[in-house]
Amino acid sequence: MIERLRQILVKEFIHLFRDKHARFSLIVPPLLQMLIFGYAATYEVNRVSTAVLDFDHSPESREFLERFSASSRFQVRYILQNESQITSLLDHRRVVLVLQIQPGFAELLRKGRTAPVQAVLDGTDSNTALIAAGYINQIATRFAQDYQLQLADRLRPALMTFAPRIELQERPWYNANLEGRWFFVPGVIGTVLLVTVITLTAFAVVREREIGTLEQLMVTPISPAELIVGKTLPFLLVGLATVIITAIAGTLWFQVPFRGNVFVLLLGTTLFLSSALGVGLLISTICWTQQQSFSLAFFYVTPAIMLSGFGYPIASMPHALQLITYLDPLRFYLVVLRGTFIKGVGLGVLWPQMLAMTLLGSGALTLATLRFHKTLD
Amino acid sequence: MDDKTVVVRELVKDFPGVRAIDHLSFDVAPGEIFGIVGPDGAGKTTIMRILAGVLPPDAGAATVARCDVVGDPEGVKHLISYMPQRFGLYEDLTVNENIRFYADLFGVRRSDREARAAELLKACGMSEFRARLAGKLSGGMKQKLGLVCALIHTPRVLLLDEPTNGVDPVSRREFWAMLYSLAGQGVTVVNSTAYLDEAERCHRIALLHQGRLLFCDSPARLKSRLQGSVVSIVSSEARRIRDALAAADGVSSVVLVGDALHLFVDDADRRIRDLSARLIGNQIPFDEIVRVTPTIEDLFVEAVRKDSAHPAP
Repeated sequence: MIERLRQILVKEFIHLFRDKHARFSLIVPPLLQMLIFGYAATYEVNRVSTAVLDFDHSPESREFLERFSASSRFQVRYILQNESQITSLLDHRRVVLVLQIQPGFAELLRKGRTAPVQAVLDGTDSNTALIAAGYINQIATRFAQDYQLQLADRLRPALMTFAPRIELQERPWYNANLEGRWFFVPGVIGTVLLVTVITLTAFAVVREREIGTLEQLMVTPISPAELIVGKTLPFLLVGLATVIITAIAGTLWFQVPFRGNVFVLLLGTTLFLSSALGVGLLISTICWTQQQSFSLAFFYVTPAIMLSGFGYPIASMPHALQLITYLDPLRFYLVVLRGTFIKGVGLGVLWPQMLAMTLLGSGALTLATLRFHKTLD
Repeated sequence: MDDKTVVVRELVKDFPGVRAIDHLSFDVAPGEIFGIVGPDGAGKTTIMRILAGVLPPDAGAATVARCDVVGDPEGVKHLISYMPQRFGLYEDLTVNENIRFYADLFGVRRSDREARAAELLKACGMSEFRARLAGKLSGGMKQKLGLVCALIHTPRVLLLDEPTNGVDPVSRREFWAMLYSLAGQGVTVVNSTAYLDEAERCHRIALLHQGRLLFCDSPARLKSRLQGSVVSIVSSEARRIRDALAAADGVSSVVLVGDALHLFVDDADRRIRDLSARLIGNQIPFDEIVRVTPTIEDLFVEAVRKDSAHPAP
């Protein structure tokens, strides 16, 4: 029994490491994804291409626009003369933002009235537009505040001592500099793991079906349980190795901290992998060719990542969709990953996630095992 | 009956819409090479799979090496080796690794394994290919490696499902030499085939048609029982010839085989003259009329005809 199992494991590892292509796909894509996400995935918006159209030509309007030129968030590229230029610039994606100041801007300000500034944004990329609008607001508010104070100072200096102000003091915990990388790098570990393990497991069984060795195995004294363990254990080990490699790469290369306990992470990983192995095995019981299993794996992985909170906050999703996310093991694993990396919390905090992954994992594995038995007959 | 290694009694297996095996019974003695012969769809693979314990029958009984296939399918697996039409080799494993894998699945002791592997590889002329990847072997060598893997645990019964399909003549000869030597050691071989030349190498054969047993005896007795010979006529007017000659004297059946007609006759040499005279008289053109050795198809059609003419006794 042990000898048979050992031999299946040996065989699976030969399959995995003898083929140059397979070796490559085990190591390179996870690291590559880690690098790409580490560098490219960020919500920060910098150097927004901007055009300005100033009809007022006052010291106030110039000072207002200078605040944009001075900010690293914006890059003023065009000084326009008339409105007809705006459409073409936005159409050709030369700028994302056009600031337009009407004549009489300074006039209104001096009278203490509300002065409008028009900001035309390219809404195609709604996220960038939204964030840019936020920055514009900040700059405009700050400008107005400063202007009010100046005005008050000039008219009634005595009032200055009573001017009430609120100053927001941001203290982001766990990630003081709000580094986007710290958010994404642990997430990438989860998504890479999901993709790798599901496709490996699904392929391993479907390939045996394709080349006819599965039928051959059925006429040997091997039991279905031995076969299932032999077909999943190697990928559990591969998955754990992937986590260790990508975690080391992430902490060394991107300086993402690892503040928690390695064993808590590995426990969470094992529980998460039981779901991934179950889903992979389930896919293999439905598919007869590797091509089918690939498209089905893709069909599962994409929504699983979308609904996991990897990039889009679950709290912003419609209620019905939020309920579905509870079936997504990646959702819970990301909490464990970010919890152990960034927050440094342990089982005392993460136990609900661990429990959820245990339930999902045993459910997926049971379902897969039942179906696996059926397809062998 | 106790001395038989394979006993099949009134076996029935239905698939949706088809009766694949229809009250089949036969026995196989130890050391016998038994051929299950029939065209595609006759039920050969089905009976093999039932004997291998992977397909439960709907009715009837079967024992292999005294182990009840129906009641204890897992027990059978230790006693037999089943080689499907394409043996499941791992192409990215070497010859040695494939052998080792199957040896361990059957719990062969390591010390026995090496000696047995060396002996089997030598017998099939593959000793120098031990380190080669299975995927890099020729079709015949793959099939021989399959046999080596199937024999590594010294089974009591070897089940082969059309093992020499697409195998070159030299490998085929070596393959059969191995089967005879196994049979000499007392291993029972059950071998299915659709080809008569393969069937003729068996000690005994069972002719299978639509899941029913037509005939079960030695190949020589099969031929003598189906007395007569086959005349082949090549013509572009095959249909007209069939209509003209089907009822001629001494012709018991007519089959269309490719672009030729095969006529089962009582005496070929005498009938060729009568038949060609008749065709000329009817002004039906033909290219050739010769005596040919009966193919398995001819024997079949004749056996099926006799079977339907005289219902089983």
